[in-house]
Amino acid sequence: MNSKQTLVVIGNGMVGQQFLASLVNSAAYQHYQIVTFCEEPRPAYDRVHLSEYFAGKTAEDLSLVPADFFAEHDITLHLGDKAVAIDRERKHVTSAQGHIIQYHKLVLATGSFPFVPPVPGHDRPHCLVYRTIEDLDLIQAAADVSKVGVVVGGGLLGLEAAKALKDLGLQTHVVEFAPRLMAVQLDDGGGAMLRRKIEALGVSVHLNKNTTLIDDGEHCRHKMNFADGEALETDLILFSAGIRPRDDIARSCGLDVGPRGGIVIDNQCRTSDPDIYAIGECALWNGQIFGLVAPGYTMARTVVADLSAETASFTGADMSTKLKLMGVDVASIGDAHAKTPGALVYTYQDGRAEIYKRLVVSPDNKQLYGAVLVGDANGYSTLLQYCLNGIELPENPDSLILPPRSDQSVGLGPDALPDSAQICSCYAVSKGDICAAIAGGCCTVPALKAETQAATGCGGCAALLKSVLDCELKKAGVEVNTDICEHFPHTRQDLYNLIRVGQIKTFDELLDKHGQGLGCEVCKQAVGSILASHWNDYILEKPHIGLQDTNDTFLANMQKDGTYSVVPRVTGGEITPDGLIVLGQVAKKYGLYTKITGGQRVDLFGARVEQLPLIWKELIDAGFESGHAYGKSLRTVKSCVGSSWCRYGVDDSVGLAIELENRYKGLRAPHKIKFAVSGCTRECAEAQSKDIGIIATEGGWNLYVCGNGGMKPRHADLFATNLDKDTLIKLIDRVLFFYVRTADRMQRTSVWMENMEGGLDYLKSVVIDDKLGLCEDLEQQMQHVIATYQCEWKTTLQDDSKLKRFRHFINSDQADDNIVFVEERGQVRPANENERRHFQLLEEVA
Amino acid sequence: MSAWIDVCAVEDLQADSGVCALVAGQQIALFYLSKTQQIFAVSNFDPIGKANVLSRAMIGDLGGEPMLASPLYKQHYSLKTGVCFEYADITLQTYPVRIDNNRVAIKLGAE
Ligand code: SRM
Ligand SMILES: Cc1cc2nc3c(=O)[nH]c(=O)nc-3n(C[C@H](O)[C@H](O)[C@H](O)COP(=O)(O)OP(=O)(O)OC[C@H]3O[C@@H](n4cnc5c(N)ncnc54)[C@H](O)[C@@H]3O)c2cc1C
Ligand code: SF4
Ligand code: FES
Repeated sequence: MNSKQTLVVIGNGMVGQQFLASLVNSAAYQHYQIVTFCEEPRPAYDRVHLSEYFAGKTAEDLSLVPADFFAEHDITLHLGDKAVAIDRERKHVTSAQGHIIQYHKLVLATGSFPFVPPVPGHDRPHCLVYRTIEDLDLIQAAADVSKVGVVVGGGLLGLEAAKALKDLGLQTHVVEFAPRLMAVQLDDGGGAMLRRKIEALGVSVHLNKNTTLIDDGEHCRHKMNFADGEALETDLILFSAGIRPRDDIARSCGLDVGPRGGIVIDNQCRTSDPDIYAIGECALWNGQIFGLVAPGYTMARTVVADLSAETASFTGADMSTKLKLMGVDVASIGDAHAKTPGALVYTYQDGRAEIYKRLVVSPDNKQLYGAVLVGDANGYSTLLQYCLNGIELPENPDSLILPPRSDQSVGLGPDALPDSAQICSCYAVSKGDICAAIAGGCCTVPALKAETQAATGCGGCAALLKSVLDCELKKAGVEVNTDICEHFPHTRQDLYNLIRVGQIKTFDELLDKHGQGLGCEVCKQAVGSILASHWNDYILEKPHIGLQDTNDTFLANMQKDGTYSVVPRVTGGEITPDGLIVLGQVAKKYGLYTKITGGQRVDLFGARVEQLPLIWKELIDAGFESGHAYGKSLRTVKSCVGSSWCRYGVDDSVGLAIELENRYKGLRAPHKIKFAVSGCTRECAEAQSKDIGIIATEGGWNLYVCGNGGMKPRHADLFATNLDKDTLIKLIDRVLFFYVRTADRMQRTSVWMENMEGGLDYLKSVVIDDKLGLCEDLEQQMQHVIATYQCEWKTTLQDDSKLKRFRHFINSDQADDNIVFVEERGQVRPANENERRHFQLLEEVA
Repeated sequence: MSAWIDVCAVEDLQADSGVCALVAGQQIALFYLSKTQQIFAVSNFDPIGKANVLSRAMIGDLGGEPMLASPLYKQHYSLKTGVCFEYADITLQTYPVRIDNNRVAIKLGAE
């Protein structure tokens, strides 16, 4: 019935899944019936981004397996079932749940396990490891009942784990056996610089520490005793002391394994049994285990090729890495330790800026063997390309790590790369592949990602991908039109500068001087917003009225049926019982639908245009003011209850939220702006999803910028730490006004940041180091806006000529008969079309 | 041939913006383009958003054709012909306008 052979894959981790994904797209697929054993309770997920689980990603978010993958490709998945034995004679695999599967070909993708040093006491409660989602759940639970946490191991993973503990609010230590951090990747100088930076972030580092015993502590749950006689108390211990290949199942069926573990494979990833392959972290090639995902993916592709009778071989992999550890840039390339005979070394160290760089080059100064970068890894892609592609170094190789002497750039343009240069190592995409995709019509980064898979793994190559794209487009003569619309040959940023420099006060003046035609809703709104940001005039002044969208014209948000919503400001989400009662009374009197918004305030829906002034008069008399829910301006400053009530609160988040909301209310911007303030790192106000987010710490306020919820959520970037309030406010003034001046129309701060050349570092250099000499000006402008704030509703109610507009008809007091409400859950809502027809019929009958 | 119907004073209009008038039971949106001193009248009902809101549209031109942009979903309509720029099969009713003695008058039926 079935002429297919059976292929069994043991392990559905990152590499096992990559193998399946390549296999189903290959020639070999049709020849095999595929069965896979997955020991974990869920199919493969992204371990590389595992730490994001703590930041709110769910197991589903991290999944690497498209829904229906197994069913669609007819793959039998044994979930939560571990393969326990291989019988090579009979060629079958036995599982813990008792399945016995006959195989023709077998692939081992069993990965590795975290090594836990056999110190007495290592198995006490709350002594954990960091590898699976279940591990993270255990860590979370342990952290909830702990104050102090220790990570054993100061390597890559150890430092990542330390960051996680820190973020969970623990006092965090790293204990390392070696004399430096990241011993594998860094030299002494780099390790020392990294240590300084990490300690500055509040994580204590203990080097040269050999743990001999873990027993009961006096103040904490455990006490770690070290060989040098010292000791450290802690509530939680995370072991991250390296990985060991999971080779027991291979070992017990007699396959060759290395002296220190690992299933021996050849260049085709075959084990000592030609029908059994091993790939990923369980495999030992040329005496080496590869603890990164990219080499595992290459092995997976090699096996697929071998099964498809194509020639392919695995010939080792580059272990260069670049990453951000606790916000510190660290990179290591090739022979970082200068082990190649005759290698020359250049080092550059800047103690003040905390930057360390080291180059390892060939004796003739022409080839790059390796590099170490700490504190500034901007040169990583360039250096990596020199190293991997054997590109000849410039005459003075040190120019590659020294700060640029003039403003000439020492970067290696994408143009200098050969077509064979590998751009994305996760998916083995070369510059040639990318250029071919561009020639085939992919003109954007997302299109290139979809077409070539480049930059869809670890994401490390995204910047390089973009620069290759830009360079190719430029060569092809493609010019991107950035004009705001047909009426102005300028960008929003240009228009801002024209208005500022030319002291222009109205749209008509700008149009006469710099534009053509009558304008449209795009340029009018943009210019209306710029004028408001810069001059902060009342937006319903005659020359500005036509520039406002209906929401701004009527100072309320239009709903689907032409009615409006009313949103009074509730600063920081704090409201008195009396305030609530007023909102309730007004809503009841005018028959409005009420709802608590996602912005911690109350929205009253269903007001007719002619009711707006009446409603607002009552609200203003009761002390409310406009909430600017209609404006591209500051919306809400969300808060958590903070130190006034919460047992964990470190500072008064509500107080600060109210102060900030009052400071920036009314500020018009390219798009809406949202803030939040949390009273401690538990982050109940979700500050890291806001344009401006603030979190209280023991040392002051931490400022986050350019976050976004909405359609494309973006985590805010940590901008500055432990600030006092005055400095915090100063920095926010500058960031916001720099945004107001330079962003595109309808560009949230998140997108502004993503498009900013130089990114976060550039923004810091402008706002903190005042690189452009703008800061004073930005602060002054903010001061102007704050000083000229007015509640637009209050101003409007005082001006009869303005109130004339708040009627449905210019020549009649009748109301719009098309507005029909029905009741639902005890409140009104607009009638739908069927209901409306029904009412019409009733009227006709009557 | 229908007659001119008096609607409102010229001062009741909003420069470069719109107002709505009730004319013989019909809702009419009136727009005044100050630069070209033109007045346009179209029906106030938004055929896509299905609400009486077009008088609250923003106005301007696209490629020289005077237009309004719906406040609900931003489709553009010619102020002269009522034709929708995005959907050629959707058209707003337009009405002739005249100014006499500082009063605005329109005609409801086709001439
Ligand atoms: C009322 C409210 C929903 C609710 O019932 O909770 C709401 C309602 C609307 N939102 Fe919102 N958003 C509301 C909170 C949010 C939030 C949550 C928050 O602020 O914490 C978000 C995600 C956070 C963020 O912005 O980063 C949010 C993301 C959006 C977006 C997507 C923005 C983005 O960057 O992707 C839009 C569309 C846009 O602005 O272009 C939008 C647009 C709208 C509009 C203006 C859509 C429209 O044009 O009609 C809605 C108008 C409501 C009205 O008439 O008052 N709303 N909206 C919330 C009002 C909050 C307030 O008190 O002012
Ligand atoms: C926190 C963290 C951060 C990391 N960051 C990076 C990074 O930035 N860059 C990078 O390149 N790498 C990183 N890595 C390493 C990367 O995750 C691994 O290289 C990769 O997961 C290896 O894939 P694998 O399939 O070989 O092993 P795994 O992903 O571990 O998969 C092996 C799977 O096989 C299962 N299994 C084992 N034995 C059996 C059996 N007998 N029967 C059934 N199933 C079995 C296991 O349960 C597991 O699910 C990180 C790892 C961690 C833990
Ligand atoms: S999520 Fe969509 S539907 Fe809901 S309030 Fe926001 S914009 Fe409206
Ligand atoms: S290098 Fe990892 S995604 Fe390209």
